[in-house]
This record gives sequence, C-alpha cells and structure tokens, in this order.
Amino acid sequence: MSEREVPGGEGATALDEGGEYEDVFARAKAYEGQAAAVGGLGKDLVNEPMIRHWCEAMGDTNPAYVGADAIAPPTMLQAWTMGGLSGHAGRSEAYDELLGLLDDAGYTSVVATDCEQEYLRPLRPGDAITFDAVIESVSERKTTKLGTGYFVTTRMDVRVAGRPVGTHRFRILKYVPAGRRRSAPKAEGAGAVARTAGAARAAEIPREIAGTAGTAGTSRPKRPRPVVNRDNAGFWEGVSRHRLLIQRCDGCRTLRFPWLPGCNACGCPDWDTVEAGGEGTVYSYVVMHHPPFPAFDPPYAVGLIELAEGVRMISNVVGVQHDRVRIGMPVRLEFEQVDEELELPVFRAVERSGG
Amino acid sequence: MNTEVGPVRVGDVLPPLEIEITRTLIVAGAIASRDYQDVHHDAELARQKGSPDIFMNILTTNGLVGRYITDRFGPRSVLRRVAIRLGAPNYPGDTMVLTGTVEAVDGDTATVRVVGANGIGRHVTGTVTVTVPGAAGAVGADGARVAQGAEGAEGIEGAEDAAVHEAAGSRP
Repeated sequence: MSEREVPGGEGATALDEGGEYEDVFARAKAYEGQAAAVGGLGKDLVNEPMIRHWCEAMGDTNPAYVGADAIAPPTMLQAWTMGGLSGHAGRSEAYDELLGLLDDAGYTSVVATDCEQEYLRPLRPGDAITFDAVIESVSERKTTKLGTGYFVTTRMDVRVAGRPVGTHRFRILKYVPAGRRRSAPKAEGAGAVARTAGAARAAEIPREIAGTAGTAGTSRPKRPRPVVNRDNAGFWEGVSRHRLLIQRCDGCRTLRFPWLPGCNACGCPDWDTVEAGGEGTVYSYVVMHHPPFPAFDPPYAVGLIELAEGVRMISNVVGVQHDRVRIGMPVRLEFEQVDEELELPVFRAVERSGG
Repeated sequence: MNTEVGPVRVGDVLPPLEIEITRTLIVAGAIASRDYQDVHHDAELARQKGSPDIFMNILTTNGLVGRYITDRFGPRSVLRRVAIRLGAPNYPGDTMVLTGTVEAVDGDTATVRVVGANGIGRHVTGTVTVTVPGAAGAVGADGARVAQGAEGAEGIEGAEDAAVHEAAGSRP
C-alpha cells in the first residue's frame, strides 16, 4: 500500500463491488510490463526556437539555454516526445486498450498526478529523440478526493542516437469523478478571481481542498465528528472519562476492538469492558502527505497501535516527527482535546531509556 | 558522510519565487510543452469537464520547478532529477509561491525539497536533485548573480539574499 494514495488511512480499496472490481483490476493489472510506446520518434529535432519559446513561457532566463553552446532545459524532456495536435506516434495498442478498458468500466476522467524525470545527458539543438515506454504498474483501486480510480504509471526511456539521455516516469489517475455537486458554475471567470479562495470554493473544487482554503478566513475547519451509536456509545463514554475501554466477551473472554455488537470468536452477544492500561507499540503506520483534509496538517503519521492488552487501534502518533515514527516504537495513551467538543485518544511516543 | 559542499548545507532554505498564474502563462506553458489538451486552453470545455476554469498542465509546473532551482543555484548548476506530485490545481488569477529546503548534500550534489503553494492548497510537492559544480565559493557567487539578474522579472527575488543557513546540527 502506498502511503501517498491513502487519504487519512481510510477507505483505500473499496471491495464492496466485489466481483466487478476484481475483474477490472485483474484485467488492468495484466497490462503491467507491456509496452506503452515502441520506437517513438520525436516530431522535431531538439531546436533553438522551441527552447526559446519554452523559456519565454516559463520566464526562465538561464544563460545555459541560449548561445552557441546552449542546452535544452532538462525539464523539457517530455515536451520532445509529445504528439502535439497531430497525435501520438508510437503509442502501443496495449496502452490504448488499457485506457479503453478503464473508460468502459466508467473510469473516464484522467488527471496527471506525478512526473519523475532523470536527466542523464544534456540535450542540444540537432539531437534526434527516440523513446520507448512501458506500463510499469496499475494500482489497486484507490479513493481520492477527485474520485475513485486507478493510478497507471508508465516509464519512458528517451534516447539520442541509441544512447540513453533520460527517463520519464509519469503517473495518471483514471477515475470516476466524486459525486459532482453542480454548484452553479459561477458563469464566466469563476476561476479568474480564484485568488480569493472563496471563488475557487464556489466552483467544483473537491470540498476538502476548498475547506483547507477556508482556514484563512473565519473559522478553522473542525475534525470529523465520530459517529456514536448504540454499539459504540460505551467506548465514547469511556473516552469522556479518559478511559480507553476494550470490550471483553462474556462467553469466551476474548478482547475485541473496535467495538462490535457480538464476539467474532464465538458469536456471543454479551460483554463487559476492560480498561486499557495505556501502553502500546506502533504495529504499523502510514504517513499522510496528500491530499490535505480540513483540520489536518500534513504530513502526519497515522498509526496502527497494538495495545499491551493485544488489540489494535488506529490513532495518531504524537510527540514525534512524522518521519521518525517506526514500527515497534513504544507509545503511551493520552487524550487530546481537539476542539471544544471533541476529545480523542492519541498515542505519544515514549523515549527509550537506554535499552 | 560529508554533508557539505561549499555553502550548500542541509537545512538551507531557498528564497521563495512567486509566480502569478495568469491565463497567458497557462496557455503559453501548455503550447510551449506541446500539450493541446483542451482543459489547458479552453475554459468552456474545461467547465464541461467539471473544472471551474482552465488549469496549468504538469509540464509547465515541471518547468517552473526546474527554473526555480537553477535560478537559485546559478547557471552552472545541472538538474539531475526532478520528481513532482500535483495537488491543488493552478487556476488563472491565483498565485503560486515556490519554496525549497535542502534536504541532503552528497559531494557537489544537493537534494532539494520543493513546495509550490497556491490559494487553495499545495499545487506541487517534490524533490529536485541538482549538481552544483565548483563546490565551495562558486555556488554562492553564481546564486547571487542569478538572483540579481532575475530581479526585474520577479519582485520578490530582489529582496532576498543568498540562502538562509540553518544549523544542520540543530535537528534531532
């Protein structure tokens, strides 16, 4: 599981659609390793006019890109491989099939999410570009702010006269847009005044992003509220008294967490509770970088904490930098007043004392 | 491991670069990168696809990140690797501020963490690996010269001096 694609560590891969999902995923996955482009030729030699137009657009005044010994801006790598208005040359059937498969399954929208380029040798005017690309990976289905879909990663090797000059890894998300809220497209120029976050919010920016922008304004967005129901009310009642309560089955004495109406081990519906001592260790964790959610300030660590009693729970790991969280790290329970209404159990990293 | 080369140190914070996201920049960047996807130049079609307006393409973002690094480290610096991830889109009328922090230094090669924030969030996050030849002395000299050369174009640059040094040792 890739840390970046899991919003807040929740709802990474929905399995609710069962068979259909498995089928699309399996068929898409089968394209891994197949060629995405074979024997592609750059439509233009590397040339001064295109370099100059690029530098004008970017406002790049680097003298390395002009004059007798000019090189092309390395970040132009992909530009030399673009199809332009007349379309792509060398794109493989496999890649078109993969995109078509996802289109047919309803994942019709596409957005570029990542670009990773390595530059092995500078490009100079006159260089003739060739390229090949492979479908490197198809992710499991992921739920993102934009919607649910699959990340498709391709890697392109770019050459001049047969010699490698760079690699270009590109990731797109093929997705079904998240419940599109038709909030009256503010007619002309909604985005033109998007400098005020409000205008952007009015448009169809995913709610979470818009919420983040709202922090600058009146009230800071609040963390999501827990859904308290009759099956878990006892847990939240315990939290309100600064007690972390674990359920214990009356029938077989098995401890369980999170709270459930019956025992997974023996099915018995009767239970009492045990108060957790508060000691635990990090069993696993993810670091949340993107996307940002209101009231959360990435990057932050979401930990799967194994309590001394043996059950595990998901919570924040605090008191340690996100990149210092480690599996096995000892942690201790504490209660954090998140806002005036909400208090949550979190786990603070415990300094190891000598050994 | 030697984590220093010349004046480039782990923890150095690069002066920010402020980019006005104009409609012209978005379109010029898309065309200069040979990207004719309609969402990068046709507001009407962009709206039909659920976007409030046209938005900057990833190739332009990549070019701006590369420019930010070579502006800061001087014309002799050589980009080795640029890896970026996009978040909040760059729509016309917004402003993106690029910031950078040196995360690692190995010989004459530095790894810089770059963030480009706009009015609605983080447009881009990424890392750039850049070689700065000449090591000691030359880096600062080149960096300063470029910063002055670009002063006219970007107001914010003129006010900034060379990279701010943060004591690398102060980190836990």
